[in-house]
Amino acid sequence: MSTPLLETRNLEIRFGGVIAANDVSLTIESGRNLAIIGPNGAGKTTFLNICTGWLKPTRGQVLFEGKDITPLPPRKIVRRGVARAFQIPQLFTEHTALENLLIAVAAREGLRNPLQDLHRIPERDEVMHLLEMVNCADVAERPVVELSEGQRKLIDIAVALALKPRLLLMDEPTSGVASSQKHRIMEILVGALAQAQVTSVFVEHDMGIVEKYADEVAVWNAGNVQLRGTPREVLEHPDVIRDVIGEVV
Amino acid sequence: MDTVSSSARPQADRAPGLRLLATLLGVAALAVVPFVAPTMQLLVNLALAKGLAVMGVTVLLRAGQVSFGHALYFAVAAYGGAFLMTAMPGADLLLVLVVGVAGATVSGLLVGLFVVRYRGIFFGMLNLAFSMIFWSILEKFYHVTGGADGIRLPRPTVLGMELGRADFELILFYLSIALMLGLGWFTIRWFASPVGQLFQTIKTNETRLEYLGVSPRRALLSGYLLSAVLCGAGGVIMGVAQGVVTPEYAWWIRSGEMVFIAVLGGSGSVQGAFIGALIYEFVRTYASAFAGDVWQMLLGGFLLVIILFAPRGVIGIVEALGRRGTRSEDAK
Repeated sequence: MSTPLLETRNLEIRFGGVIAANDVSLTIESGRNLAIIGPNGAGKTTFLNICTGWLKPTRGQVLFEGKDITPLPPRKIVRRGVARAFQIPQLFTEHTALENLLIAVAAREGLRNPLQDLHRIPERDEVMHLLEMVNCADVAERPVVELSEGQRKLIDIAVALALKPRLLLMDEPTSGVASSQKHRIMEILVGALAQAQVTSVFVEHDMGIVEKYADEVAVWNAGNVQLRGTPREVLEHPDVIRDVIGEVV
Repeated sequence: MDTVSSSARPQADRAPGLRLLATLLGVAALAVVPFVAPTMQLLVNLALAKGLAVMGVTVLLRAGQVSFGHALYFAVAAYGGAFLMTAMPGADLLLVLVVGVAGATVSGLLVGLFVVRYRGIFFGMLNLAFSMIFWSILEKFYHVTGGADGIRLPRPTVLGMELGRADFELILFYLSIALMLGLGWFTIRWFASPVGQLFQTIKTNETRLEYLGVSPRRALLSGYLLSAVLCGAGGVIMGVAQGVVTPEYAWWIRSGEMVFIAVLGGSGSVQGAFIGALIYEFVRTYASAFAGDVWQMLLGGFLLVIILFAPRGVIGIVEALGRRGTRSEDAK
C-alpha cells in the first residue's frame, strides 16, 4: 500500500475544557479533493491549523509523505510541500496582486541578492501564468486592497500555489463571496489545482459546492470525523442532513 | 519616491526623471557648500552624519517598527573608532570607518537576535533599554571610556597622509556625501529587492510571511542589521567631525531625535532622512541662536504640523508639489 500524502494519528487538542480535536485519525491520498464539512465549532479550522503547524496537538501525530511534521513550525511545513489558503485572505495589503505573487516566488526560491529588483526576477513569467490561471491577470498591477473579496480569495490561493505545494489546505474558499460568483470561483480554482497537480483539502459550508467539486467528503462533529465517503453517500446520510444541512429527516 | 508599493504607484512611476533631477540638484547644492558657504560646512557635515543614522531608523519604519534605542549603534561605532585611534594614533580614516561600522554590525547582530522576537512598543522599549545600558557602561567605566568627558579623537590620516584641519574637514565632508549616495543607493535597491520586500511585509502580514516558508524574525533581523550598519556609519562620521565622543552619543534623547527626524523628513523615505536631518540641524542651530530656550518648542510645533497635515513628512509635501506640477503640465 502506498504512503498517504497526509496522515493524522489520534490527534487531540484541548482549549481548557473544550476538546477541539478528539482522537482524529485521517488519511488523505494524493490527487484527491477532500471537502471537510460540519457545524460551526466542530473543529474543522482547528484541524487545518494543526496540520499546518499553527497549533500543536496535545496528543497525536501529523505525517506528511510518511514523515512526522507535528513539531515543525508552519514555515518548515510549508517548505515540505504543504500550503495554506485562508478564510480571510492573508495578503500583503500594501502590495499589488503581482507583487504578492512575486514575493511568494522569491520566498520559495530563497532569493537573497540585495541588489536584485523584485520586479525583474526570472520567475516573473511564471507569476503572470499563475495570475492567468486564477483569472486575475487584468488586476495584476492593482493593490490588493482595491480588489473584490472573490479576487482576493483567488490571489490568496494563487500565492499558496506559487509555492508549488503538493498539498493545499483551504479554509472556506468561497465564503464572503456573492452566491452568483461561488461556482465561477470554484471552476477557476479546481482548474488551477488540476493544472498544478495539487491535492486539496477544503473546508466548505455550501453543499452545492461540495457535491460538485469534491471527490470525497469528511464530516466533522465535536472534534472528530463522524463520517467519510463520496459526496453522494455523505450528503444523503440522515445524520448529515439533520446535523449539518439542517433539514428535517 | 522609493516606495515600491502604494496606491500612488501609477503617479509615482511618471516622475522618476524628475525625482532623479531633484536628487542630483540637491547633491550638487550640498557639494558646493564648502566653497559658497564655508561657515556652514561643519553644520551640513553633522546633518549628513545624522542623516545616515536616521536612514537606519527609516529602514525599520518600513517594517512598521520604531526603535527608541538606535543611538546604541551610533555610539558603539563612534567609540569603536575612538578606541582604535587611541590604540593606533594616526590610523587611517577608512580603517576607522570600517572598524566602527563592524562594531555596530556585531552589536546589531547580538542585540537583534533578541529584540526581533518582539514587536511594537516592546521592540521600541527593548532597544531603548539596550542603549541605556550601554550609556551607563560608558558613564561608569571611566578608566576605559573617559566617563562623561568621553574620548578625544586625534585627527586620522587619509590614505596615509597627515592633513591639516581644513583639508581634512573637506575630505570628511565629501566622504559624508559619498556615504550618503552609496549607502542611500544601496538602501533603495535593498528595499526593492526580494529580501527587502520580505522584510517590509512584516508591517502588513506576518502570518502570510510564515506561510510562505519565511521566518519573520529572520526577515526582521536582516533589516535590523542594515539599520545598525547605517547608524554606525553616521556615528563614526559624527565622532570624527566633532573630534570627541561622549556617552551622550548613546543617550535616549539622541535616539528620540533620530525618530523625530525620520518622521519629519518622511517616515520610510531615504531622501527624507537627509532632508529631515538638514532641516533639523538648521532649525536647531539658528533657532537656538535667535530664539533662545524656545527652539525645542518651535521644532515640536513644526513636527505637530507635519503629523497633522503632512503625515508623509517633508518628502511627502515635495512629492505632492511635484505631482501637482506634473498634472498642471499635462493640463496644458
